[in-house]
Amino acid sequence: MDLPLLIGIFPQVLLDGLILGFMYALIALGYTMVYGVLEFINFAHSEIFIVGAFVGVEILLGLKGAGWLESLPWPLVLLLLLVAAMAVSGLLAAAVERVAYRPLRSAPRLIPLISAIGVSFFLQDLIRLVESVWRNAFNLVYPTLDGLNHRFELTETLDVSVKSLVVIVAALAMLWVLHMLVNRTKIGTAVRAVAEDQAAASLVGIDVNRIISLTFLIGGAMGGAAGVLFGVQYGLINPYSGFIPGLKAFTAAVLGGIGNIPGAMVGGIVLGLLEAFAASYLGLLTGGAFGAEYKDIFAFSVLILILVFRPKGLLGEIVRERA
Amino acid sequence: MLRVEALEVAYGAIRALKGVALEVGRGQIVALLGSNGAGKSTTLKTISGLVPAARGTITLDGESLVGVPPHAIALRGIAHVPEGRRIFNRLTVRENLMMGAYPRRDPGVAEDLDRVFALFPRLEERITQVAGTLSGGEQQMLAIGRALMLHPRLLLLDEPSMGLAPVLVEQIFATIDDINRQGMTILLVEQNAAMALGIAHRGYVLETGTIALAGTAEELAGNADVRRAYLGE
Ligand SMILES: Nc1ncnc2c1ncn2[C@@H]1O[C@H](COP(=O)(O)OP(=O)(O)OP(=O)(O)O)[C@@H](O)[C@H]1O
Ligand SMILES: [Mg+2]
Repeated sequence: MDLPLLIGIFPQVLLDGLILGFMYALIALGYTMVYGVLEFINFAHSEIFIVGAFVGVEILLGLKGAGWLESLPWPLVLLLLLVAAMAVSGLLAAAVERVAYRPLRSAPRLIPLISAIGVSFFLQDLIRLVESVWRNAFNLVYPTLDGLNHRFELTETLDVSVKSLVVIVAALAMLWVLHMLVNRTKIGTAVRAVAEDQAAASLVGIDVNRIISLTFLIGGAMGGAAGVLFGVQYGLINPYSGFIPGLKAFTAAVLGGIGNIPGAMVGGIVLGLLEAFAASYLGLLTGGAFGAEYKDIFAFSVLILILVFRPKGLLGEIVRERA
Repeated sequence: MLRVEALEVAYGAIRALKGVALEVGRGQIVALLGSNGAGKSTTLKTISGLVPAARGTITLDGESLVGVPPHAIALRGIAHVPEGRRIFNRLTVRENLMMGAYPRRDPGVAEDLDRVFALFPRLEERITQVAGTLSGGEQQMLAIGRALMLHPRLLLLDEPSMGLAPVLVEQIFATIDDINRQGMTILLVEQNAAMALGIAHRGYVLETGTIALAGTAEELAGNADVRRAYLGE
């Protein structure tokens, strides 16, 4: 075993794991917030996420076509992508709730779940249709932003691209804003009140439906932002690329304790790290017997183990059952 | 101020209210008594909009409340302290009280907070505590305090004495009496008929979804049927 190599790649793997983890965390928030309020798993959230990625790529391709991409400073472009994707994904998520979930609110629990799966398929094929008509292609590549690809060589084995830093900083900033919103504002307190007891919340004068719309809006916006970061980081997207990250983010939400906002963040990061370390180290540690393609099996085995010992997730009990 | 007429409510096939009529005048405490399952909570829930009325009218100062959603009824000035308190267990005492004032935009909120703390000094001591960790008595204080933060015209109380030790029951009733003396109109649902009639001006007895008796508190307390059924004689 090549110990110096194992140690040498550690910082790089850690960084990759964090990027992936923050992405999962951002997506996981959408699942967990909606679950917290409605005890319902929004299976269409993976498509809300990928719609954000498509909004981003469309703006980039548009700017490129107009010849403006080079002349605009990249932070401005990135900000524009994030704001636009958050708006579109957030509004879309709220619209989906209004049309496909709210009419089923008092139906048996499986019914809205089926509706969510239907919305998921519908959105996938809608994106495919729109892009096919509009661009004659639905596998799209994010145009590169030159400033973002600049790399710093920190050590021989660790080089950090501006892109990676930007993804981490943007994700952290959004998680922080969400945290402040939910815990320090009146409207955020109302979201927590509705999550706990809808009838009691309505009795103090909270319009429960509006808070539910807001929850979808915020969760969707976080998903849309994650979509842009996903596109910027990994480049290639298609209408179906939301599925796997969505599934993993959902797992991350369960891992952290579904319904629990800090839990989604922790769960996302843990899952990202597990995956990155498995991808890089499995092959090295097993002499090639298990390659990087086993990363998901490894990561999910660990998840299952964690859930066996902590069925409510990593933070599930601490926050939820304190009462 | 509050007038309920010929109110009928059904849960599916179960007819919970079969023509309830009652009236609460400004500044009064009106007690609504009755045994388990009589429909007391259902009456309050229908007034506050949680349960839809099948038939009948509910008016607050002449304005109909039928079909108005609960949050809008709260905005019109009805605060409902539900059965079992239903405070927000995961929020702090302060957050619970602030949620009580959620729809308010007027500048009187801080003043009302002081008033609630004057009534319940215990809540002020525990302002940063998570509500779920409060004792039962403190939770009931918080539930009432949260309702008062709405600065309501009418306060609906559903069994505020439930699950409290006798000393605390006396305290809670004394506080309700206090609140009323400061001008609050109250519709009080209680199992503890003796205590309720002790502070009420008028009362109703509900039996399986209909009003069986109505009168002043003294009349009801002196009624032989009431004494036998609800005062344990
Ligand atoms: N959600 C519901 N679904 C079906 N039936 C209900 C529901 N809520 C109440 N009921 C029924 O309606 C009737 C009246 O109930 P309600 O809760 O109003 O009684 P109550 O007088 O408040 O009784 P208690 O003193 O036990 O609180 C009961 O027969 C009850 O079983
Ligand atoms: Mg009751």
